[in-house]
Amino acid sequence: MAEQYMEASTQTETSIQTAIWECLQEVKDPEIPAISMVEMGMIGNVRNEDGVVTIDVLPTFVGCPALQIIKNNIAEKVKTVNGVREVRVNFVFEPAWSSDRISDEGREKLKQFGIAAPPRNHHFCGKWEVKCPYCGSPYTKMENLFGPTACRSILYCNECKNPFEAMKPV
Amino acid sequence: MANIRQFENAVEAKKDQEYLEALNELLFQLADDDFILAYRGSEWLGLAPHIEEDVAFSSMSQDTMGHAVMFYGMLEQLGAGKADDLSQLRSATDFRNAVLVERKNGTGHYMEEPHYDWAYAIVRWFFYGLFKQVRLESLTHSSYLPLVQVSKKILTEHRYHLYHLQVWMNQLANSTAEARKRLSIAIEKVWADVGGVFLLGPKASEIVGFGLLEGEDLLTQRWIERAKKAFDDYKISWIGKPDVSEWNGRNGQHSAELAEAVATLSEVYRLDPTAGW
Repeated sequence: MAEQYMEASTQTETSIQTAIWECLQEVKDPEIPAISMVEMGMIGNVRNEDGVVTIDVLPTFVGCPALQIIKNNIAEKVKTVNGVREVRVNFVFEPAWSSDRISDEGREKLKQFGIAAPPRNHHFCGKWEVKCPYCGSPYTKMENLFGPTACRSILYCNECKNPFEAMKPV
Repeated sequence: MANIRQFENAVEAKKDQEYLEALNELLFQLADDDFILAYRGSEWLGLAPHIEEDVAFSSMSQDTMGHAVMFYGMLEQLGAGKADDLSQLRSATDFRNAVLVERKNGTGHYMEEPHYDWAYAIVRWFFYGLFKQVRLESLTHSSYLPLVQVSKKILTEHRYHLYHLQVWMNQLANSTAEARKRLSIAIEKVWADVGGVFLLGPKASEIVGFGLLEGEDLLTQRWIERAKKAFDDYKISWIGKPDVSEWNGRNGQHSAELAEAVATLSEVYRLDPTAGW
């Protein structure tokens, strides 16, 4: 009996976890609505204890003013999952978010949104070569290391003559 | 560091009164330094030399303010009070920032006749930034785990600030004779205060003894090495060891400029501290 019960509860647990992650896929970055929290690599551990769900969120930048909005958006969405009574969102720095955590889908969506994705395994002492998200040309120049949000820079493509943004490697 | 006790979180730190007091003292220094400098940075909004710089400088100020928020948040977890109250409701004499970061940007007021000094802005941020880097690197070995984690993260952002400030230092140093003259005046002005940034205040020996941060002499030495290299890079002759201002901010002694800054930045919050934000 106990074994059967365990199995059933594990199954429920798995389906709740799946539903939560599907839900998180729906929560978009407030400053880049094309990309989700999951694709950005901002979701850490998700724990469910008897309907009380704790979600670890990894901030991209410490002073990101969107954090409170992100927190509320996650709580609102995940509350709708069947079997979830309460949602707790924690901001954690271990592991720290790094631009390497952005998924392949996320990188493609950033590009479609006009933002060059940060290179993987970037060494800060090395050169940061940025390809234009529109035409793919490496013939670009940095206009401003700082852009509309903390995590982005402003560049210009000498090839297709478009201004564009790039996400900083961190 | 082998026999130094590590503290995993606020709950553990709160059980050791002496450790807690040293940790609080250090966190106020970290929070107040970044908070007040970020406030001074925000006063440049709309006044920077060109539009790209306006974006860059306010972005750096926003990041820096964000770092302060993290440190005030850690104080809140340690029971020091609400983060918003700590930043807005304390009187100037409770602040632990170094005097360097509280100095006004120049004469005038940001609303009227703002005769602000851009060379001073760059030089102050750059040499404070070099120290912030040294201090953060040391904090990545701190006995307080949350400080280790936050410092590692802040370092990844801070390197962009330093990179940007280096570009400016280079441009000012290699520009016209007037730019170089303004640069050297700004350096002298910063040198009169910057020594105060290295001080660890009345609980210095506890801060070091508990393994929270390395000592003043060691940090100063590392800063001097980097500052000397910068002087070499920009072909400026070394002007010697920096001074400490007549007031020691780590002991709560400040210029009248801080009281004015605190009154301005907290004006709205003080109107109704219970309002939701």
